[in-house]
Amino acid sequence: MRKIVFALLAAMLSAPAFADEQPIELKKAPGLDVVEGNCAACHSLDYVQMNSPFLNAAGWDAEVSKMIKLFGAPISDEDAKKIADYLKANYGAN
Amino acid sequence: MISRRNLLGTAGASMALAGGHAVFPGLSKAEPAVPNLPAALPQGTRSEVVMDALPGKKPLIKLTYRPPNYETPLEYFRTPLTPNDAFFVRYHLADIPEVDAAKWKLLVGGEGANGEVTLTLDDLKKMPAAEVTAVNMCSGNRRGLFEPHVPGVEWGYGAMGCARWKGARLKDILDKVGIKKDAIEIVLDGADGPVFDKTPKFVKSIPVTKAMEETTLVAYEMNGQPLPHFNGFPARVITPGWAGVYWMKHIVSLRAVTKPFDGFWMKAAYRIPIGKFPIVARFISQETDVNTPITELVPNSLITSHPDGAAVKAGRVTVGGIAWDGGYGIRTVDISSDGGNTWVPAKLGEDLGRFAFRPWSYDLVAKSGKNTVMARATNVIGQTQTANLILNPAGYHNNVMQTLTLNAI
Repeated sequence: MRKIVFALLAAMLSAPAFADEQPIELKKAPGLDVVEGNCAACHSLDYVQMNSPFLNAAGWDAEVSKMIKLFGAPISDEDAKKIADYLKANYGAN
Repeated sequence: MISRRNLLGTAGASMALAGGHAVFPGLSKAEPAVPNLPAALPQGTRSEVVMDALPGKKPLIKLTYRPPNYETPLEYFRTPLTPNDAFFVRYHLADIPEVDAAKWKLLVGGEGANGEVTLTLDDLKKMPAAEVTAVNMCSGNRRGLFEPHVPGVEWGYGAMGCARWKGARLKDILDKVGIKKDAIEIVLDGADGPVFDKTPKFVKSIPVTKAMEETTLVAYEMNGQPLPHFNGFPARVITPGWAGVYWMKHIVSLRAVTKPFDGFWMKAAYRIPIGKFPIVARFISQETDVNTPITELVPNSLITSHPDGAAVKAGRVTVGGIAWDGGYGIRTVDISSDGGNTWVPAKLGEDLGRFAFRPWSYDLVAKSGKNTVMARATNVIGQTQTANLILNPAGYHNNVMQTLTLNAI
């Protein structure tokens, strides 16, 4: 991991054309590690905050399903459920 | 779980780089709050957006870092041309390479073409150049103002801009190979791609008829300068009048096809219900019984002189803004200061062409207290703005008349 971090740091300093992505801190709750470990591979987690809090349970299920079925995210059924549960509980419609 | 190690193995170096930023909280910087955010945006959007400057850009309204989606603040719409360094940024997928102009090549061919040719940037620049001033607007501009909200990038008013584009005509480029009589679409592909191979690459097609228009270009200049990286350097497709989704950035291939292109981004995305919008331009080869690809922009306007809720002095106040449409040209912009009961024409400003932002202004007499101003653009074929939102699942074509409040003291 350390090697990768150094490689990233070096690349970051030499290539200026990317967003200076700031850490997105989602709500600390069960399942956050699964969200961070899967979703953040393809997109920053501000996508979650941005799309809240108006999706109901079916809406968040549809989003997670879209990422897997349409966008090909390699997420296990077990993780998908944890992700959906986290999103519904923390970023679902009031 | 998807580990960073896997990610490094499967994605391009650029992705690893972008993905890596989150592990360096020590590099965080102060981020000023965003002024004048529309109250109608989702609460989660309102609390997460920040002003942030991408390399080569002024601070814009950051909706998402990766892929980067940044909108242009209101102040830059007070001129009909939007500065390159304030022009909005929109990407669907996060592997965005920095293209080396010296190595860049444009492949022209496809099964609907009579041959294949590869053009360099110099080749492109040696061709007869054309210029067009045109609005580039995201289909989902103002999606964040939908009620009820729909998922997606929750744009306010600024996922658009207007620039003077210079490039080679797409039809001249296609003439280099010649296309077959039964070619129906041109498939557009850019250098940027997905993080994972299984994610559908962002590829679009346009009807051959649109490709052959005099104003459809492969542009390498924007307002007299090379395109910014985040706006498609070194060249992008320009389809004036049509939604930004067809303005393929970092264009690397143009393929003529004799069958409708069936990629994910045509079949499943960027579609509007049939019959709900008064659209003239059709994309017949892609239509189904229920929906059709988005095509031309609908007439719209934006009040730019004041943010909503601005404090003004009672008395004469000049309210101004811009109007645009799908390329027929703006005929009138009407203003109402009584909630839409009566309308009076605004004065139209400089005409930079039928695809450009058209400035307008109106002298209002503000009474002490709360004043409302509504603007409504109408184009030369009679299309106008809607009073009530036309609901559609993906949140496109929001051209609801704006109602702005001015508080006079």
